[in-house]
Amino acid sequence: MRWVERCIETTIRASAFTVILALVLIFVFIGKEALPILTSPSVRQEASLRQLFGTIVWQPVSTVPQYGLLPLLLGTLKVTVIALLVGGPLALSAALFTSEFAPPWVREVLKPSVELLAGIPSVVLGFFALMVLASWLQSVFGWTYRLNAVNAGIALAFAVIPIVYTVAEDALTSVPRSYREGSIAMGADAWQTAWRVVVPAAFPGIFAACVLGFGRAIGETMIVLMASGNAPIFSAALTDSARSLSATIAAELGEVVVGSAPYHVLFLIGSLLFVLTFLTNLAGHWFVTRLREKLEGR
Amino acid sequence: MEHHPETPKLKIEGLNVWIGTTPVLTSVTFDVPEHTILSLIGPARSGKTTLLRALNRLNELNVAFRTAGQVYLSGQPVYGNGMDVASLRRRLGMVFSTPTPLPMSVWDNLTLGPRLKAVQSRTELERLVESSLKAAFLWDEVKDRLRESALKLSGGQQQRLCLARTLMLEPEVLLLDEPCSGLDPISTAKIEEALQELKRILTVVLVTNNVKQAARASDLTGFLLMGELVELNDTEELFTTPQDPRTADYVSGRFG
Amino acid sequence: MLVVILGNIVYVGWGHLSWEFLTQVPRAGMTQGGIYPAIFGTAALVLLMTLAVLPLGVMTAIYLQEYAPQGSRWVPLVRLAVQNLAGVPAIVFGLFGLGFFVSFVGREIDHFLYGGRLVYGQPAILWAALTMALLTLPTVVVTTEEALRAVPQGLREVAYALGATRWQMVHHVVLPQAIGGMLTGGILAVSRGAGEVAPILFTGAAYYLPYLPTHLNDQFMELGYHVYVMTTQSPDVEATKPLLYSTVLVLLLLTFALNFVAVLVRAQFRRRQMR
Repeated sequence: MRWVERCIETTIRASAFTVILALVLIFVFIGKEALPILTSPSVRQEASLRQLFGTIVWQPVSTVPQYGLLPLLLGTLKVTVIALLVGGPLALSAALFTSEFAPPWVREVLKPSVELLAGIPSVVLGFFALMVLASWLQSVFGWTYRLNAVNAGIALAFAVIPIVYTVAEDALTSVPRSYREGSIAMGADAWQTAWRVVVPAAFPGIFAACVLGFGRAIGETMIVLMASGNAPIFSAALTDSARSLSATIAAELGEVVVGSAPYHVLFLIGSLLFVLTFLTNLAGHWFVTRLREKLEGR
Repeated sequence: MEHHPETPKLKIEGLNVWIGTTPVLTSVTFDVPEHTILSLIGPARSGKTTLLRALNRLNELNVAFRTAGQVYLSGQPVYGNGMDVASLRRRLGMVFSTPTPLPMSVWDNLTLGPRLKAVQSRTELERLVESSLKAAFLWDEVKDRLRESALKLSGGQQQRLCLARTLMLEPEVLLLDEPCSGLDPISTAKIEEALQELKRILTVVLVTNNVKQAARASDLTGFLLMGELVELNDTEELFTTPQDPRTADYVSGRFG
Repeated sequence: MLVVILGNIVYVGWGHLSWEFLTQVPRAGMTQGGIYPAIFGTAALVLLMTLAVLPLGVMTAIYLQEYAPQGSRWVPLVRLAVQNLAGVPAIVFGLFGLGFFVSFVGREIDHFLYGGRLVYGQPAILWAALTMALLTLPTVVVTTEEALRAVPQGLREVAYALGATRWQMVHHVVLPQAIGGMLTGGILAVSRGAGEVAPILFTGAAYYLPYLPTHLNDQFMELGYHVYVMTTQSPDVEATKPLLYSTVLVLLLLTFALNFVAVLVRAQFRRRQMR
């Protein structure tokens, strides 16, 4: 009896530590494969740090391979920013609307719809952007490239909206009712109350929503892979084709030789993504904690 | 007071409990003789429940509680390294202030305790269920409803079910934490009647916020105030000739 | 907008949906035939994934809610790990699956058990499922934790007062109460796993396989991956279009159905707790 209890407790504790271990392992194993870029002379010769971050051509499978990450970084940035600019305001205003103004039945419809949206596999969103959205946008705006950063950004917005909405809505509804009553008692109307009292009170949470949405956007792969055109062009134009860091891994890892320079470069990109999303997540959750502390008056 | 065996069933010695750094009980010392009903009365937050839960070491579930002093069960130290807490809690059965039926059938509720002890014999369980339900004056009401969810019983029935569930453990001591606080007078009377019967086979410590209940149902009564045991005496004496003015004030209803 | 997307897919995809489509293998360069291997592969993948993720996730949640000492320094650390695991991009899981499961664990198994012969050191359904399990782990942990938190503290005290040990308390009182929430988490994880493609790109999914996976080290076809392949690498886009739409529709229906079941299960158990 006693030892059964012991065994169970040990197993349960072990699985909890497995979670920590998993995160550490991810970091170690991706970092390990990226490390040769710093340590191995032959890899360094082919893909030096200066080349990685100083040149603007990404051409890993030509006779003279070139590994400039800048076009990929720029592509990621373009797509992510468009996604946040399109999805962010939409999600935030929807969150504000549901928490402050919407009658209960609208809330009952809107919340499950957002959950439904979150449930759409990203490959389906990518598919939709590629098959339908792209043609539609092109026929309206007459862009040269059917698949471009704007197209990918808009599709990506669909993936960003649920997370931004959920976190922001949580933050807004966690503002105590007494704040609102206090404001209304001073003669403010619903709009003034929402804008001057509730939003400032929930600000850390709203900010966290944007940060977490950003993290979701830079990591998303399939949508960008399918909808952006995937050309690593170093240009500021939003209507050019673009390629993101994550899509590069997906598109090329299948074709590189294990242990070759491009293989390590792809893992370097992976490490970059991991660290970036790790930091945005930490920041996001830190802001959520700040909000809780603020509302509890600490 | 006819019951006075040599070793008291429970002996509480210099019991101190803190929640964090706030003292909840200060140097509480008293004996509970076997086959008696001892009531603990006192205003809200005077430490009655904490005292009761110190006896079966239930306070330990919350790390904020710190305990010093000693409790002896039939001379055996409760706070000792060799004490198996699970079996200790079976010897000191507890009923909580609100009915706490588990969301399962009446039968499963009752047999959970024995099953935890690995008692599986059907006939043994049936015998225990019947005797416990009878002792809790519930047998006639639920004997045909053993398979129904315990949550379907009325509040008074649920509380008697909880009493019966505790009796299934065949405990030596019964710890009752305001067991009638939410009940109607009829259910209360049934529980009090059950206690008078049970006293013959076990010992009862009853925490109550109802002074009249203490006067009606118990042999001994202790009065707690702000974590201090002000007075403990034969119930009749405590109510008729209290030694401490604070006790007099409380039992006459001047505060609390 | 949600309506536009769904409407478009349902409208175009419905026409080609038939029993044959669901039960036949792809033919003629995937311009004809059905998607049965992809459906089978998806089912096998999520089944294996569930077997891995449910025990691990549920036990982690039990640790956090029931076993960890109050004020333990490990609890925030485990929570942090779960939160961050949830934020790791799917493609990074794919990289990890390749770098860890395939190249490291698989190779070592081959080295020790098969004398270096290539058996597990290659992309396979087992590795894809384990990678996916890590991806869905946070979902399971968070929903299970929520379910455990909803169990009233009083019931735990009852169990202890009846002489239960910690595990007995969890087993007899907490788990029966929390089972609904745990199921919900499991279903949501399955739904998530059925929809993700990035983690399995390099860990086991195949473009086209005429046979079904029968061993843990087989490769497999998968719905989401099938959509990706047909969308981006098809030799004849117009010819595959109707099939493609129908495949997307099947994938959508599958994930929605799973989500819907999760919602129903949650509602059902919540009602039962009220009673």
